[in-house]
Amino acid sequence: MTTEELKNVKSNLTVDARGTACPGPLLAAKKAIGEIESGEIMEILSADEGTKNDIPRWCEKVGHEYLGFYDEDSFSRLFLIKE
Amino acid sequence: MENTNEATLELLQKQVDVLTKKVGKLEKNRKDQLSMAVVSGDMDKILATMVISLAAAAMDTKVKLFFSFWSLSALRDPKKSPTGKDFISKMFGIMLPKSKNHLSLSNMNMAGMGPMMIKMLMKKKNVLSLDEMFKQAGELGIEITICEMSMGLMGFQPEEMIDYPHLRYAGAATFVADAGESAMQLFI
Repeated sequence: MTTEELKNVKSNLTVDARGTACPGPLLAAKKAIGEIESGEIMEILSADEGTKNDIPRWCEKVGHEYLGFYDEDSFSRLFLIKE
Repeated sequence: MENTNEATLELLQKQVDVLTKKVGKLEKNRKDQLSMAVVSGDMDKILATMVISLAAAAMDTKVKLFFSFWSLSALRDPKKSPTGKDFISKMFGIMLPKSKNHLSLSNMNMAGMGPMMIKMLMKKKNVLSLDEMFKQAGELGIEITICEMSMGLMGFQPEEMIDYPHLRYAGAATFVADAGESAMQLFI
């Protein structure tokens, strides 16, 4: 998805993991994914650069659909659809 | 000419069949599981162990850690004091790190300055502390197996080890069996 498209995405749950470094954001995402239903959208806020690579790999392995990310000033927003 | 070609094809097909069977067997035997033999007791190596384990567990991979030798120091609880140790065991107990928060660095230890600096940096950079990592590991179901033989060798007693929800004591064969069915094995 393009940045413009992602900006219009309405997420069902936003996980703010800006306060933790690797593997914190992944752990936060893993914990939060149980709170939404299949087909719903989760948004992860992360200030950790590695997360941009880690979350897509996690999605690939576990089966969630990774939508993409875009950068804010000091962090990134990552989007995915729960399997 | 055609006959030889056909014969070669047939031979290849047979070999492919044999290989397919073998791969199927291997895939069945290898679980989505990470087995780690943790032997080092350095702060950096225990940190690496925990970060990799947590990432694996978050990715739904079963994680089994086998702690032996120097790494046992990381599993000691400084608040617990065991009784009835002989002289050598007592000496070991005094000379070895008292917990995961007392470990040295494998490099740049500088008489304890290094670990202090790393801990400060970890806090500043929002890296989870070892205490927090063990807590999360417990919640994610990461299994820790303590090498029974190392316990005896170093004179440690179960009463002085940390309270961890998935802790057990076993021997090397347990690690070998676990590692054999794991898709990933690491030695630290």
